[in-house]
Amino acid sequence: MKKLLLGNAAVAQGAYEAGVRFVSSYPGTPSTEITEIIATYPEDEVYCEWAPNEKVAAEAVIGAAIAGGRAMTCCKHVGLNVMADPVFTDSYIGVNGGAVFCVADDPGMHSSQNEQDSRHYAKASKIPMLEPSDSLECKEFTRMAFDLSEQYDTPVFVRLSTRVSHSQSLVEIGERKEIPLKDYKKDIPKNVMMPAMAIKRHVVVEERTDKLIKFAEDTPLNKIENNGSKIGVITNGISYEYSREALGDKVNYFKLGLVWPLPVNSLKEFAEKCDEVYVIEELDPFIEEHCRAIGIKVHGKECFTLLGEYTPAMIKKAVLGEDSAEFTGINEEIPARPPVLCPGCPHRGTFYVLSKLGLTVSGDIGCYTLGAVAPLSSVDTTICMGASISASHGMAKVRGKEFNSKLVSVIGDSTFMHSGITGLSDIVYNKGANTVIILDNSITGMTGHQDNPTTGKTIRGEATKQVDLIKLCKALGIEHVTVADPFDVKNFEAVVKEETARDEVSVIIAQRPCALLKTVKYTGHCEISDKCRKCKMCMKLGCPAISVDKNGNVSIDVTQCNGCGLCIGVCPFGAIEKKD
Amino acid sequence: MSKTTNIMIVGVGGQGTLLASRILGNCVIGEGFDVKVSEVHGMSQRGGSVVTYVKYGEKVWSPIIDKGEADIILAFELLEAYRALPYLKSGGKIIVNDQKINPMPVITGVKEYPADILGKLKSSVNVTSLDALSLAKQAGSIKAVNVVLMGVMAKNTSIPYEKWVETVKDTVPPKFLEVNLKAFETGYNL
Repeated sequence: MKKLLLGNAAVAQGAYEAGVRFVSSYPGTPSTEITEIIATYPEDEVYCEWAPNEKVAAEAVIGAAIAGGRAMTCCKHVGLNVMADPVFTDSYIGVNGGAVFCVADDPGMHSSQNEQDSRHYAKASKIPMLEPSDSLECKEFTRMAFDLSEQYDTPVFVRLSTRVSHSQSLVEIGERKEIPLKDYKKDIPKNVMMPAMAIKRHVVVEERTDKLIKFAEDTPLNKIENNGSKIGVITNGISYEYSREALGDKVNYFKLGLVWPLPVNSLKEFAEKCDEVYVIEELDPFIEEHCRAIGIKVHGKECFTLLGEYTPAMIKKAVLGEDSAEFTGINEEIPARPPVLCPGCPHRGTFYVLSKLGLTVSGDIGCYTLGAVAPLSSVDTTICMGASISASHGMAKVRGKEFNSKLVSVIGDSTFMHSGITGLSDIVYNKGANTVIILDNSITGMTGHQDNPTTGKTIRGEATKQVDLIKLCKALGIEHVTVADPFDVKNFEAVVKEETARDEVSVIIAQRPCALLKTVKYTGHCEISDKCRKCKMCMKLGCPAISVDKNGNVSIDVTQCNGCGLCIGVCPFGAIEKKD
Repeated sequence: MSKTTNIMIVGVGGQGTLLASRILGNCVIGEGFDVKVSEVHGMSQRGGSVVTYVKYGEKVWSPIIDKGEADIILAFELLEAYRALPYLKSGGKIIVNDQKINPMPVITGVKEYPADILGKLKSSVNVTSLDALSLAKQAGSIKAVNVVLMGVMAKNTSIPYEKWVETVKDTVPPKFLEVNLKAFETGYNL
């Protein structure tokens, strides 16, 4: 049966058909749906969970594989940074049951803070990496990755990109193959990585790499397509689809499905038959540098770009010199439409207060990063998951007490569990006096509502123990923990003032659920009455439902407004009313 | 380049463009075509511009559509229709919901919402415009705007009416089926 599947859904299906038994991940766009879909498979066939972060997920997967079961973790490119520590050492340990690390890059940064190229990790950790270019390959390559993992005793990466993860194409659905658990036996020299053992395992890794290079020469993962042309194209992933569309059968193709290790002889042979060879790959010149190192003359990044995504039109122009299709231009500037906090978003109340008080805000990763967007313009820094707390510690130590009295960090509940706790213990331990605001919206918001250790539910929706943020903060040694509703603007402002003034570390838990949760039911809408004095105080909320015209008249768009009522508390003249 | 039918669905995050692209995708596989649908998830969905590409034909390679290549642009909002104009193929068609949603730079007064977008579109390309919001309300729910628009678009393809209805039935949750079928019909018979 052929089905239209997202690349991510196809990865899940491939893992399922390969008999995967254990999947643990932390959500991250564009990888999230893989694990969500795994959670729809029967529980007695696949155990599946959200872990608090990618490192924990990868370690659990490595353990599951050592214990003899096929296991997989899925993350976005920056998640791979978090899990890098266990990954590099697992390269030495190898597997027992197959282990797959699926990583989704985000060229063009549709939903990310950087544009790193994860292929470097494969080379650096000496772990083979497969890269599919459509949903069918997503399924097939994931299935093959498990076999390869067991065959070469190594974890295997499957690399995706946003366009592969989030494009749907046709996939033939197959049956699950039950793979019995492999025997577990204690093997200290292989599984205990301390110097004496690791020195010997490194030898094994290098021997394995030699074998994998030989495998790369003629694996069916790589595909040569000879169209009798004098132009050769070496490409991978989504760039293959773009090249195929742009260049058709006017060139010969070497499509690399195994992006590390790269073959040597077969690439040389391919290049020898061509007058000109182009390497077409998004992001870094990874394949290009390999080609140059083995003596193949290629055109690469000088014809394309290191930045963002490629397009078929760009490739057509660079290789064939042909212009793209004619199109109708626009002769005026069109206002951009950047993403904004949703109507009813609990973070809007928090940032309104922080902005009003003129505080320096050390920010983090989540929907609330949008607190940096005008008119709230509240967030000062965003680095990576968890950095809000640790970065504010550095800021306070270097700039002193007065600066710290106007400094807060903001971090979501899920991000706090991911990597905020360690930063907070750093502050307590090293006698800091920071104010940390945990934005507790009862869910992992940005990636589309995943449960986490604070929500009291598992990935399959079952009730479970719930981390108590208040007790957790108290256990770390924080005496001042206050829970406040960010929509009660007056009280929230008073709490923030009190806690930032305090010369001790304190935590404010800004508690109000995400407005998109099904359990949240705002009704009706708000309306501006004739009491309005056009002061535009409500405009400072940056609510997409409220706008002002040229004459200063403020109005509320009823199709956008969900009746959350935050603006009612902000208006100094009581000019906003709730209607049914 | 390719001999595929290229449809671009543009709108504002939260308007339901993803459901529309899924109905379209599922409908065309039933007709035996190769098909690719490219979506955007994550941050840009939070009230930002969203673009979905649907391509079908004998063989589809790239899941994205370049400038000058869309046969149909289905726009859920006026400004987004205007923004997508360069993607329209010469001789292509824009179907646009005449709703205006102000983007943040307009709300904060930094930029102006371009005047008379519909007039500008109509002066250069083939446009069908409609008030899908009112039509959705008549059908029973303002949330069915996406399905009203799908109905209009369906009329502009070679796929038979029955096939569309069948796909809407398969894609939409049973609870909302009646409203959505009515919305689809409203758009189709416009």
